[in-house]
Amino acid sequence: MEQRPYWNPYKAGFLLGLVLLGSFVLTGRGLGASGSFKHVVAAGLHAVSPTWTEENVSVGRFFADPSRASMDDWIVWLTAGTLLGGAVAVITARRFKAETVMGPRADRRWRWVLAGAGGALAGFGAQLARGCTSGQALTGGAQLALGSWLFMFCVFGGAYALAWFVRRQWI
Amino acid sequence: MEGPLSVVLRFSHPVEMIVSVLVGMGFGFALERAGFGTARNLAAIFYGRDFRVLRVMFTAIVTAMIGVYFLDLAGLVPISTLGILDTFPAAQAVGGLLVGAGFIVGGYCPGTSLVGAVSGKLDALLFIGGLLVGTLVYTLGADTFAPLADAGGRGRVLLHEWLRLPSGVVVFAVALFAVGAFWAVGRIERRVNRRAAPAGQGPQSVPAGAAAAERRAP
Repeated sequence: MEQRPYWNPYKAGFLLGLVLLGSFVLTGRGLGASGSFKHVVAAGLHAVSPTWTEENVSVGRFFADPSRASMDDWIVWLTAGTLLGGAVAVITARRFKAETVMGPRADRRWRWVLAGAGGALAGFGAQLARGCTSGQALTGGAQLALGSWLFMFCVFGGAYALAWFVRRQWI
Repeated sequence: MEGPLSVVLRFSHPVEMIVSVLVGMGFGFALERAGFGTARNLAAIFYGRDFRVLRVMFTAIVTAMIGVYFLDLAGLVPISTLGILDTFPAAQAVGGLLVGAGFIVGGYCPGTSLVGAVSGKLDALLFIGGLLVGTLVYTLGADTFAPLADAGGRGRVLLHEWLRLPSGVVVFAVALFAVGAFWAVGRIERRVNRRAAPAGQGPQSVPAGAAAAERRAP
């Protein structure tokens, strides 16, 4: 069966905006993703060295409440929902396909290496900036938070600056 | 009583977590329908070929912004009751550049890589592996990076406060900026695709006019 087309970008953006607004109205918080990766890393480190992790300036506060598991946090539940909602959308659109996404001239192994390297850069950058494209750019953008707009323009700036060097991956 | 429903209705922890799952489901669904589960749709913006990313992001930001500032003016959900993101200029500039670099090198950002993974994309899974490594490196060196992360911290600064303008003026200006950007990127797409296609993918036998018309069709 044929996969369904993507939505018109303005329609998809409007729905995304309503989800973000709904999140503000329901919980007072926006959207996010990188915070969940931080929780996963923190839980892993805590299993290895509880004291060190509890004293860590970046993740120590996750363990401040001993009555609750560190992973039992809104952002982790939100990410579980993101995976679930994404899966529902993929299945209903008949779009699931196991593959490596790359441009027509790209080398598969290089693409794998760069996918991991890009993830590492983005993971580090999102921790430094206290959020990623969803937690900073979308959420803070809609709030008109000054630093989030700076972040958003820097994301576009960083990507455009490197686009020429990795063009064989994509075009 | 004013503020987010979780405060007004005093959601218990489990209720708040269930609400978070539902919000996340809407988030994942919207990202997938936008076409963000595959890296080529995301990277295309950086070669001027398809500005889907910008259209979706700016539409979402403007939609939510208008809602947030309307509810603030109406006194239903004052903006002071929302979790406003603090401004740390150095960290947000450097972190933004790194996230942007990771975006074009790896093809995803943290949120879209989740949707890519459930779409079956192996590269998205590898990106997620990279995210965990990058996050681990930051956490291990958190003491070293703290001075940069906290440099020039200014707390909650909203664009209109910074510009000393009424919030309505800035909301209107941002919406106008988005509409202007939608118009401009449409022109760039047409120019880039007219130039790129004959050399790259388009079959040479198709007359130029017909090929261009086909590409313009949605």
